[in-house]
Amino acid sequence: MRPVFRFDGFIFTSLISGLILTIAPLPDAIDAWRPAWLAMLVLYWTLDQPERFGLLGAWLVGIAMDTLTGTLLGQHALALMVIAFINLKLHLRIRVFPKGQQALAILMLVLVYEFLLFWVDGVAGFTTSGIARWLPVLSSAALWLPVAALLKGAMVLARRA
Amino acid sequence: MAGLKPTDVLPGRGPALGTRLFLLLACSILLMVLDSREDYLQYIHSKLNIVVYPIQAAVDLPFSLADWASTSLASRRRLLAENQDLRRRQLRSDASVQKMIAIEAENARLRALMDTAALMSDRTMVTEIMAIDLNPYRRLLTINKGSSAGAYRGQPVVDAFGIVGQISDLGPLSSQVLLISDPEHAVPVEVNRNGLRTIAVGTGDAQILNLPFLPKNADIRLGDLLVTSGLGGVFPAGYPVAEINKIEIDPSRPFAHIEAAPAAELDKVRELLLIWPGDEQVQ
Repeated sequence: MRPVFRFDGFIFTSLISGLILTIAPLPDAIDAWRPAWLAMLVLYWTLDQPERFGLLGAWLVGIAMDTLTGTLLGQHALALMVIAFINLKLHLRIRVFPKGQQALAILMLVLVYEFLLFWVDGVAGFTTSGIARWLPVLSSAALWLPVAALLKGAMVLARRA
Repeated sequence: MAGLKPTDVLPGRGPALGTRLFLLLACSILLMVLDSREDYLQYIHSKLNIVVYPIQAAVDLPFSLADWASTSLASRRRLLAENQDLRRRQLRSDASVQKMIAIEAENARLRALMDTAALMSDRTMVTEIMAIDLNPYRRLLTINKGSSAGAYRGQPVVDAFGIVGQISDLGPLSSQVLLISDPEHAVPVEVNRNGLRTIAVGTGDAQILNLPFLPKNADIRLGDLLVTSGLGGVFPAGYPVAEINKIEIDPSRPFAHIEAAPAAELDKVRELLLIWPGDEQVQ
């Protein structure tokens, strides 16, 4: 039997940093481009450490995000958990993709994430229109390779220490 | 990784993952349904607020430090100038308060003559906005006061110029304020000039409130001040809300298209006031 949830200090720290980046104030000009940090982290950890980070981790961090950003409780939790699920199903394939193709796969998954958020907003009656909603998909995909390299490097250093 | 069996590192296998997905999906949907109907999850919300408060505080810290540094490291000359300026302003507001006291007394006498309840003054408390970006599709703020300071859900929040919003989510040390410009928010208002009552609805734009329920022949003009009417029981009567800045009458529509600019500086302020309506000021 594999435990459903296992505590890992490095993953935990990265998720807390992700939450901080999510609510840190940005200048108005680039605010709409703020990447979906938590979606990227959830995708990275389900891809890289699927035995340590799974659905429950994604769901819990989603609940924290819902509380922080004032959305419906469960909205981000649902979206993060669903992309974690898709990623866990595909991680053996996505892992060996060439780098560019991997970023494309991430783009599709973040798109699914944003679409789920958009859909729940629509059902709950908070309709928003406009392109601003979809800009994070592009910025997340563009930043995927640097962020993945950074996490990989930092984890190697942390494990060695 | 020595103690793991091959199946442990392949969590995509087997039915366990699907079962967990299903359970968590059910949990999320249940939470969202309960949360979208008012008060069911207040308890959980306030507990979760405690858990995430350190993150909010960490994000706000550099900004409060910068604030603190700019006041404690300010030059003597600047402080003196500021002090003088404040003194002058204090004198001016003292003078207008004197007049206010006379007017209030007169108002109370007249109301006593007419046998209606006197307007009471409200207790207030200063609060600060935490430097935090929230859901970009709603108009929300986080403030650094919560239930431990006596705040409550639905409490009106104002700034120096008018109504800002109301507390929508209460934690012990911080809470979220729903602004009057949020598309889900509506304030019962009346036109200060003639007492015409209507409702001002947020649009999502910090500079625009919408007045969708006024007929084309309503007596309303550009520049009219809208104040809270006190109906609805959330906002006390008589606080400025917005000023009419656009009236469009389209003969093919039953209602006029009227827009107003909020009196409060919704996207500039750092300090706000919490109000306890009808609670006498404790000095």
